[in-house]
Amino acid sequence: MNYLYFLYIEFLAKHNIPQIFGDITFYVIPCTIIFIALLIAILALVLLERKLLGWFTQRKGPNRVGLWGLLQTLADALKLLCKENITPNNADKFLFNLAPVIIFIPVMIVLGLIPFSSEFTFMNFQTNLLIYIIVATMPVLSILLAGWASNNKYSLFGAMRNIAQILAYELPIAFTILSITVLASSMNLTQITLAQSSKLGLLGWFFIPCFLGLIIMFICTLAELNRCPFDLPEAESELVCGYNTEYSGMRFALLYLSEYGMLLANALLIAVLFFGGYLSPFGGYLTTGFWIYIEQVSWLLIKTFLIIFLIVWIRATLPRMSSPNLLKLSWSILLPASIINLFLVVIIKYIGGV
Amino acid sequence: MKKLKLNLGPQHPSTHGVLRLILELEGEKILSCEPDVGYLHRGLEKMAERLSYIQYLPLVDRIDYLASFFYSELLCRTVEKALGIELDKKVCMIRVLLLELNRISSHLLWIGAYLMDLGATSPFFYTMREREMILKLFEKITGQRMMNNYFVYGGVRHDIFALDDIECIINTIEKKILDYENIITENPIFLQRTKNKGIISKETGLNGSITGVNLRASGINLDLRKNDYLYSDINYKSIILETGDSWDRYKARILEIIESCKIVKQTLDYLQKTSGLKQNLINPIGIKLPEGSFYSEIEAPRGLASVYIKSTGEKTPYRLKWRTGSYYAVNLLRKLLINEHLNDAIAIAGSLDIILPEVDK
Repeated sequence: MNYLYFLYIEFLAKHNIPQIFGDITFYVIPCTIIFIALLIAILALVLLERKLLGWFTQRKGPNRVGLWGLLQTLADALKLLCKENITPNNADKFLFNLAPVIIFIPVMIVLGLIPFSSEFTFMNFQTNLLIYIIVATMPVLSILLAGWASNNKYSLFGAMRNIAQILAYELPIAFTILSITVLASSMNLTQITLAQSSKLGLLGWFFIPCFLGLIIMFICTLAELNRCPFDLPEAESELVCGYNTEYSGMRFALLYLSEYGMLLANALLIAVLFFGGYLSPFGGYLTTGFWIYIEQVSWLLIKTFLIIFLIVWIRATLPRMSSPNLLKLSWSILLPASIINLFLVVIIKYIGGV
Repeated sequence: MKKLKLNLGPQHPSTHGVLRLILELEGEKILSCEPDVGYLHRGLEKMAERLSYIQYLPLVDRIDYLASFFYSELLCRTVEKALGIELDKKVCMIRVLLLELNRISSHLLWIGAYLMDLGATSPFFYTMREREMILKLFEKITGQRMMNNYFVYGGVRHDIFALDDIECIINTIEKKILDYENIITENPIFLQRTKNKGIISKETGLNGSITGVNLRASGINLDLRKNDYLYSDINYKSIILETGDSWDRYKARILEIIESCKIVKQTLDYLQKTSGLKQNLINPIGIKLPEGSFYSEIEAPRGLASVYIKSTGEKTPYRLKWRTGSYYAVNLLRKLLINEHLNDAIAIAGSLDIILPEVDK
């Protein structure tokens, strides 16, 4: 980021623009970029999931709006924008309207923490990873708000299940992330990425020493995102639509899209932690000069896409878990396994370090 | 903890129509369940008292839209019995063929819908794909996809054709069943959701008048097809399973599809050899049943279905009563859902294969 900053200031100095302008705009521009990129990515993600699910179930998926249905989600979003926002009579109106507004904030913060390339991290702190796991659990607060304020029994059940689920699955994630921190000796996501670079390419990535951790992390991510087979909070066959049953129009769209935003963010995180982030799988980069940044972003996005593909594949295949088993799985299998994983990683690190 | 009253339905995605379950919950545990039926009541029994027999025949298809042939056959059979009409063997075979194809399509839809209840979306599309082939065939033969109105008093509307298509469909389904078994049957999450869940013991089943696959999955050998004159020349085995949990009810339906395929093949063998159709059709205008009461029953996909007609010798029945399998299954939910988790409740209710038009009539 510093490199880009100097380039930008230098560019402004050439045109006799004061540095203070550059200092301000340098942080505004990335925010705008990330917001627009996020919206486009989420819309693309919804389309991607619908297309993939269509192919998995021998359908065509959306194919009417635009070329190959590319504009389908855009059309859906426009439709939702135009729809009336209905607030139920007995709902807590302030909280009901607040929930969809604040659910998007953590999603955007979280995306800003991901290193997209070696020079392209919007918020590069020493403890990026710690901030990530704290902020990534924030949407559950909006979900609780939405569920509670709707004054609907199904919404309340959805929110209740969601909280139980997040509580249960947050701990294994924390232990897995701790093991990654041990391996990389850092809590900065760029440092973690760099710690995975080696001449051997993908053999140096952390999914090899921390394979158990990868599996735990993947399962827990599914649970955190309320994805199948852990989609109990919005199980449509039981709870109609879970916490967003009463929402309509753009508020529903915000709740719905924030889920996809978190899906994108968590897939990016898994790619960074276990699959070398923006590193090339061949050891060295294929391009040179400025193109290297584009290559790095592409590698990260390809890895993310593969992870999302796997998540959609799972959704197309598996039925939903039952609620008591869901908590049992976390507390009695995943949590001990994540602690064992931490020990294993410490031993590997010790042997490797000596 | 405070008790919570929850209305599951009548507008709810997983009640397969308009079933309303009044649940009393403690947390997510169900304390009591009160099924409330009747949202789809169309007065089919009362209508029979106003309509002549031939006017009533197309209506009975609507009792169970997924197994329309069975109810049609049931009414035809009762009237034929009352008037003493004998059926030609070929007519019997055609009827068996269509009944079994209908049973397959009904079970296929159930498998898809049940997995949908459990949260798996793909199997629904897979089973609908196979069901679509059968519906297209019905459209070819009878002119209608679902409300076929093909059986008439004393025979069938016209001779059957497209036998090669049927053979092709049956072969495809037999292959695809293996796919379902691969993706569903041994799936650990599916096992977790269905094994030892919603067990219907032999006594509960018999006391609750449960019939059909649901009862056979509990280990009771009650298959009306064994005593049915239509099925007299056909070899097949009834599917009897042990425990009577949701998984057994699923497995029994899968196995029953395979058995039905065998039955269809046997009828095909016969139909391909014979040509020409001998029917004992009667003049449909002014059919009058002799005075007395008539009863007949059949093994429908959702259990024993029967009709009771009391006639006073008029053009219309004095009273007509349908007995359908789903009605008793809904009633059993009172017992089955107690102390279950809300999320298992859907899995259990779905496994009974409840079709609401059949319950409400």
